[in-house]
Amino acid sequence: MKITLHVNAGERTVDVEPRTTLLDCLRDELRLTGAHSGCEHGVCGACTVLIDGEPARSCLMFAPQAEGYEITTVEAMSPAPGELGIIQDAFCAAHGMQCGYCTPGMILTAHALLKHNPSPTRAEIVEAISGNLCRCTGYGQIVEAIELAAQRLRGANTEAAR
Amino acid sequence: MKAAPFDYARPKSLGEAASLLAAHEDARIIAGGQTLVPMMAMRLARPTLLIDIAHIDGLSGICEEGAQVVIGAMTRQASAEKSSLVHAKLPLLAAALPWVGHTPTRNRGTVGGSVANADPAAEIPLVLVTLDGEVRWQSEKGQGGCKANEFFAGPMSTELPASAILTEVRFPVWDGGNIGVGFHEASARRSDFAYVSAAAQVQLDGNGKCIRCALGIGGATPFPVKLDAACAALEGTMLDAKDIAAALVADVAGLDIMVDGHASPAYRRRVAAALAARALSDARDAATGVRA
Amino acid sequence: MNERPKFRFVSADRRVREDRRFVAGMGKYVGDIAEAGMLHVAIVHAPYTAAKIVSFDASRALAMPGVVAVVEGEELSTNVEPLMNGLDTPKVQRYPLAVKHVRYNGEWVAAVVAQTRAQAEDAAECVDVEYEPLPFVIDAEEAYRPSSPPVHAAHGSNVLLDRTFNWGEIDEDFAASDHQLSLRVTWGRSSTVPLETFGVVAMWDPWAEVMDVRASIQMPKYADQIARAMRLPGNAVRVHYDIDVGGSYGVKRGIKHTVLACYLSMKLKQPVRLIEDRLENMSSGDAHGPDRIFDIDAAFNRDGIVRSMKMRALDNAGAYAGRAPFQLGKPIGAIVGPYKINSVRYHAVSVTSNKAVQEAVRGFGQSPTNYAIETMMDRVAEHLGMDRVEIRRRNFIRADEFPYLIPSGTRYDSGDYHTVVDKVMKHVDWPAFVAERDRLRANGAYAGIGIAACLEPSGGNSSFEPLLNPANTTTTWMESCRINVDALGNITATIHTTSSGQGHETLASTVIGEVLEFDPDSIRIVRTDSLTSLPGNSPVGSRMAVMLGGSCYLAANKLKKKLKAIAAHQFDCAPEDVDYVQGVLRAKDGRTLKWAEMVNIAHRNFHLLPEDCEPGLEVTNVYQVPTGTDLPTADGRVQMYPCHSFEFHCILVTIDPDTGKVDIPRYVIGHDCGTVINPHIVKGMTLGGIAHGLGAALMEEFVYDGEGQMMAQSFMDYLLPSSHEVPQVEIVHHCTPSPFTVMGQKGSGESGYLGAPAAISGAVNDAVRSLGIRFNRLPMRMTAISDAIAEAKSKQSN
Repeated sequence: MKITLHVNAGERTVDVEPRTTLLDCLRDELRLTGAHSGCEHGVCGACTVLIDGEPARSCLMFAPQAEGYEITTVEAMSPAPGELGIIQDAFCAAHGMQCGYCTPGMILTAHALLKHNPSPTRAEIVEAISGNLCRCTGYGQIVEAIELAAQRLRGANTEAAR
Repeated sequence: MKAAPFDYARPKSLGEAASLLAAHEDARIIAGGQTLVPMMAMRLARPTLLIDIAHIDGLSGICEEGAQVVIGAMTRQASAEKSSLVHAKLPLLAAALPWVGHTPTRNRGTVGGSVANADPAAEIPLVLVTLDGEVRWQSEKGQGGCKANEFFAGPMSTELPASAILTEVRFPVWDGGNIGVGFHEASARRSDFAYVSAAAQVQLDGNGKCIRCALGIGGATPFPVKLDAACAALEGTMLDAKDIAAALVADVAGLDIMVDGHASPAYRRRVAAALAARALSDARDAATGVRA
Repeated sequence: MNERPKFRFVSADRRVREDRRFVAGMGKYVGDIAEAGMLHVAIVHAPYTAAKIVSFDASRALAMPGVVAVVEGEELSTNVEPLMNGLDTPKVQRYPLAVKHVRYNGEWVAAVVAQTRAQAEDAAECVDVEYEPLPFVIDAEEAYRPSSPPVHAAHGSNVLLDRTFNWGEIDEDFAASDHQLSLRVTWGRSSTVPLETFGVVAMWDPWAEVMDVRASIQMPKYADQIARAMRLPGNAVRVHYDIDVGGSYGVKRGIKHTVLACYLSMKLKQPVRLIEDRLENMSSGDAHGPDRIFDIDAAFNRDGIVRSMKMRALDNAGAYAGRAPFQLGKPIGAIVGPYKINSVRYHAVSVTSNKAVQEAVRGFGQSPTNYAIETMMDRVAEHLGMDRVEIRRRNFIRADEFPYLIPSGTRYDSGDYHTVVDKVMKHVDWPAFVAERDRLRANGAYAGIGIAACLEPSGGNSSFEPLLNPANTTTTWMESCRINVDALGNITATIHTTSSGQGHETLASTVIGEVLEFDPDSIRIVRTDSLTSLPGNSPVGSRMAVMLGGSCYLAANKLKKKLKAIAAHQFDCAPEDVDYVQGVLRAKDGRTLKWAEMVNIAHRNFHLLPEDCEPGLEVTNVYQVPTGTDLPTADGRVQMYPCHSFEFHCILVTIDPDTGKVDIPRYVIGHDCGTVINPHIVKGMTLGGIAHGLGAALMEEFVYDGEGQMMAQSFMDYLLPSSHEVPQVEIVHHCTPSPFTVMGQKGSGESGYLGAPAAISGAVNDAVRSLGIRFNRLPMRMTAISDAIAEAKSKQSN
């Protein structure tokens, strides 16, 4: 079936089987491969995207269900090709990753957290990322990255800052 | 892990949805999909028609109606979690919602979907049963409904009539002050399905005596149960530890414990009693203004 | 020994260069590859634990939309060679698909190829296979009995390996000791379970006659193994190393997946993609880890000195040999841990069973072994009523005793265990730490302290292969680096492996930058493919800091030497009289040649080059692993890995008395991996390793029921720790450089994981000691802890 998705501030029409998940649609049809497939049953969070600004599992949604929502993927987090947003840069500064597979989901989750809560406590950060599994880091440097991003975003004092 | 093929429909009205559901034997309603989609990915569920009710007007929203708070079936769990009405009027639901999956699944998962799926360990059904709530549905034949304690039939099984669509869930609001709640879960990871959960809401008089008590257990039994005898025994007590322990004995011993590979029946029964006691004492402390 | 050398870039707080692409979602994983005409594979799985395949009929599947082919084991096995066997067990043959018999529940029976994965899955449901169930064996001890039904009838028994090593005067030491005790501990089957499953895209080019392979691989000799199995010349297989691997920690070795995909691509003349889904990964990706029972006898004196140890390790390999038997071999290199145990008897047994196949898991058997050794040390302390830290101190090898030869033949490079422990004791304020536990206990909690002192053998060679398989005479285990300075003077270096999060690009650029005194960020690192690469052995055995770091260091020094020779020719002096400072070549008399001038001479002025000097500025180094050059002795002694990092865990746990849930309010680790090349990377490995070890200790297990059904097939049942469960970890650093490596570095890729299970087990057991119960098996699930506590309490009250 033909569906039209609003992805990263653009409109994209694709022809997919209804059973195509939003994850597979983003990756295979739109070639937005930043969202990753980790479990396909909604546990790991590697496929996290934002739907109307809030994190959600793209493997737990069929593509036709996604019509009418604003979908944001990690590809929209960079201000320009080759440039890092504040959260992305903080993840680099703290080395909040190893293999990078969970990273897009973590970045988007951090983005949504910091939008609602500019000064999260450590416990709030831990809670926010608890739906995103990471097998490499033990989460320590991811928490540090989000703490650093929060601190920098508060300093940046600009809405556009990511 | 790709779902078996199906057709997809997005009705604009409840009537249209009900007609579709009645006309297709293997049709299923999808709301938030946070339970159904994984089942479909593993091909444990294989509907041939998926009816998406996300765009039907009137299925979402939270409002107060008399002595009840009514939550539309399509209301996202995250919306309920953030609702000031829920916080003000349904403190037990407010306490339980953060335990429902994770933020990303609550952003999509719905209150009605959780109730209709009837997972024995799910938190919203537990609160609904504990508070003596109601569910309402609609089918081609018209509207219907029942009490929560008549609705759940077993693991992932309810009395929702075939080709009916759950439309709303109703939670009684307790009148007056000195109300406190407690909610506890035992799970391997904080956000996993509970081996056992316990929900309690109590109301005290000015002297700290319990005048109203609701206590429910989830996860341990094929569907959540309210411990009516214990509640009755606790009304009129000061809810001290001895009262609580004494009141729980018979009800917990009588629980029809579920058997699976995750926890021994003895574990579930023992921990049900322990968490029930914690939930009650938390509720008591909250009602008297003592921070747990 | 313990002076920190001065480095500019090494050990500095510098970013990890790989991170930029990952935070932008621009990593390039195998799942991101989309070739024109690419076909997709779904697998038909065996629904029996052991069965004969009676009939196979794919006609219904072949008639379905999009289906291109269905291949089963009989066809495959006539066209490819069996997968490589590490041991000399020729009758234990393994092919990517079951041939005539299925040997575990979920085993791959057939591959369905279609235009999409969904179509392939639809058709896989319609492949009709008839089976005749056969007897099976699940339990290792049962499999070890001669009467058990052999998983491979032609092999005659389930025993893959049954070897006893005697190192030193064991019986004499036992006779001379004041005390003895015995214990049994069991390590349940878990694994590393990366978030990315294994995947491969194989593309046979019939015109070039080359098999292009892109895979999420972390494996030595991968291209060789593909070529052998596919009966292709080695130079007809091109494995691309520029694929980001979404986590591995040892297990990403999908040789069966790869050979199957290669066969399908060659048969169908189209690119074929085979990516496991999560259910396949868990049930039949052949990536489970050790599954081991340890029986230990310890002989010790009343002063706490452990004189001798007898250890039997019985490992349940699963249905095929895989790497499992070798994971009993590697721990021989640190079989006494950090202790001066005088003699050891080690009885290593590996048996087949009707479970899924094992693969290499982080530490290659060392973490289970460390758990067994550390449990023994705790028991000895308990037996003597001694402090658990003190008993370790008394048995530690002293700093002045290195290099230290252990009974099994490995010479430990360096260490200062006493100092690391002192630092940790000071950091935690040990009396206060103990007081905190006792305060928690006084408040009615079950609280315990856990201690683990462990080694991380690093720098990986494969000495366990000739040790356990005399037909294998491998002593070479190299890593390589090529550096090229282009005609504009910019530096590019090649590395010859995929990476799965270890930061090898950062490692290589840091070391080369250090030697050449160039900003590492200015050095480009590129990855070759297997046809353009130098020899290497991939990032296994915690080896890349030592081996890739070593090769980069030596290559950069080789380049320096060449520059000095060229400069000396211009200065008309001896090369030894030329200094190299930040790219400038300086003669003793003060004459200098700048970098640009040197580049110009090397690239454009052949007339200025010394005789026999090749033009250009290109060097290669192929670096043999330090120390590991000898075959094993007749009595089974061999130098295993060259370097030995040390970790000392000191943790506090509490147990919820009702639910059994374990909480870790304090987790401190003292860590010494010699010279640290990038502190962020080492920190991440340590924290991640602890999280992984926590999973193995408390949550993760591939549980089989009595019928051979694997009960943890999804992420709902196999529980990876989330941010809620992993404690905040405090790291206490120490640096004892290795004398065997170029910069004093040692490995750190397994750190944390090697001691966390032992420490957590020790802490939980300390917490329940007053109840008179013990937990001797990992994982210690909260439900089991709670049940045991309840039973003990009811006994106490009776």
